[in-house]
Amino acid sequence: MEIFGIPLAAFLGQLLLGLVNGSFYAMLSLGLAVIFGLLNVINFAHGALYMMGAFLAWMGLQYFGISYWVMLLLAPLMIALFGMVIERSMLRWLYQLDHLYGLLLTFGITLIIEGVFRSFYGVSGQPFAVPPQLAGATDLGFMMLPIYRAWVVVASLVVCLATWFVIEKTRLGAYLRAGTENPRMVEAFGINVPLMVTLTYGFGVALAAFAGVLAAPVLQVSPLMGSNLIVTIFAVVVIGGMGSILGSIVTGLALGVIEGLTKVFYPELSSTVVFIIMAIVLLVRPAGLFGREK
Amino acid sequence: MSRKLGYTAVLLGLLIAPFALYPVLLMKILCFALFACAFNLLIGFTGLLSFGHAAFFGGAAYITGHALKMWGLPFELGILIGTLFAALVGWVIGGLAIRRQGIYFTMITLALAQMLFFVFLQAPFTGGEDGLQSIPRGYLLGVIDLRNDLTMYYVVLAIMVLSFALIVRVIHSPFGQVLKAVRENEPRATSLGYEVARYKLLAFVLSAALAGLAGSVKAVVLGFGTLTDVHWSMSGLVVLMTLVGGMGTLFGPVLGAIIIIALENKLGDVGAWLAQVTAVEWFNTLGESVTMITGLIFVICVLAFRRGIIGELAARIR
Repeated sequence: MEIFGIPLAAFLGQLLLGLVNGSFYAMLSLGLAVIFGLLNVINFAHGALYMMGAFLAWMGLQYFGISYWVMLLLAPLMIALFGMVIERSMLRWLYQLDHLYGLLLTFGITLIIEGVFRSFYGVSGQPFAVPPQLAGATDLGFMMLPIYRAWVVVASLVVCLATWFVIEKTRLGAYLRAGTENPRMVEAFGINVPLMVTLTYGFGVALAAFAGVLAAPVLQVSPLMGSNLIVTIFAVVVIGGMGSILGSIVTGLALGVIEGLTKVFYPELSSTVVFIIMAIVLLVRPAGLFGREK
Repeated sequence: MSRKLGYTAVLLGLLIAPFALYPVLLMKILCFALFACAFNLLIGFTGLLSFGHAAFFGGAAYITGHALKMWGLPFELGILIGTLFAALVGWVIGGLAIRRQGIYFTMITLALAQMLFFVFLQAPFTGGEDGLQSIPRGYLLGVIDLRNDLTMYYVVLAIMVLSFALIVRVIHSPFGQVLKAVRENEPRATSLGYEVARYKLLAFVLSAALAGLAGSVKAVVLGFGTLTDVHWSMSGLVVLMTLVGGMGTLFGPVLGAIIIIALENKLGDVGAWLAQVTAVEWFNTLGESVTMITGLIFVICVLAFRRGIIGELAARIR
């Protein structure tokens, strides 16, 4: 069977790979959006923290024999702690200033993190085996489905939707949304906003680390994996606009799929297609697909 | 009066500098100084943070290199084509980016510049990962041989001084004053009747063209164009130069460029010296950890030192 002259199995394989990448886009842009909503900081270090998540999983297995499943929980927690230290010790001092300084600071942090990992591990990738429970593929009749890839898509969707549920439907999320609208008013109601800010940053970067651990067996674990991704994520965020949680998730997934399909039909464009879409969206709808014009 | 004296002293220093220091390093510093000044025109005097200036710098370097090497164009035309290319790309990127404000503007410039990076990575004429090698210097106006480093140095110096004078002129012109008004309060500038978008775009194109000029000259001086020059880390480096020297000051970016380039060139030596003094083996690898050190300077500058060196000095004197 063929679609537009492409064998169906190859087509579906790329589609799945696109969904996998789209899940990473969704989780990272979601974290960026949550952080930006409350802190007004564009967290450039998001990519570096995603890379650290992947590296923690690799190091856990390599040096201590800790399994993938434990690291899937442990790495996000460790990165959340690390992120909260960054927020308390550095980011905190910049809230009164122009938003650009937050970006510049996190850019500097990115360079430091990347530099440290590069000085220890070089730029080449470290292979990371798929956990045995998820190895192999099942035959669906029309295609072979690699189980791990399916797991990545499902796990990220669950995490993204859980995040959406917490923010939109629970009391905690209501505080967060109120804090995004008017932090002073929320503080006046007796809610500890600075603590909320710290926890939000921690949660946002934990999402990045979770994506990193999920990515470790799919992509090679390398110090540069985050910085290659973050610029694409920025384009995703510009396309979607940071106004809506579901918007971030949908945009991320959709762009991953579009990128995957471009790889099938016109490989030369696959690395630039996201940016081209961004340019078109800017021309047609500058606020982004789900954004609000301020 | 004292300002004129200062300018004369700096110029005299630059004229005799190649007799004391390695001319190629000096030329490299001059190119980066112009690059940083061009960037500063945007962040310091218009309030727009572009994170995509590597596209203009490195892109122009490729175009100039290709024009000189493959088309055999003379020096002047090659530089001109590179600069025009940068202006054109600046017009497109700037035109798209000014549709959003603040932090979004920055992200858009970064993303579009990254797109150009991929284009150059795949384009056959750039040589991909190897870069564009052995660009000939040729002759200025068909007679002056530029293969001599000293001759080349004075040509580069003349280009840089003229460009710097142009920047100073622009800043003090009525146009520059409108840019300042945009930086301080965009809605107010709009309500005073200025077409803010047009002023921003013009500033962006001017900044891109000057960054391109710097990149073109650098390609000719060093004889190669590489992917490093179009990578986003180069955009970050020029932000750092401007930040260290002082955003919105005339000489800050120049000083920042000197410091950062010197640091890049000398960090290995410093590391070796530290290793010798402290007997810690790790310092020997310091030369390879330039990213780490630049990141550290970034963090320190943003947290404690936002006015930069010249900005701090000016504040003290006042």
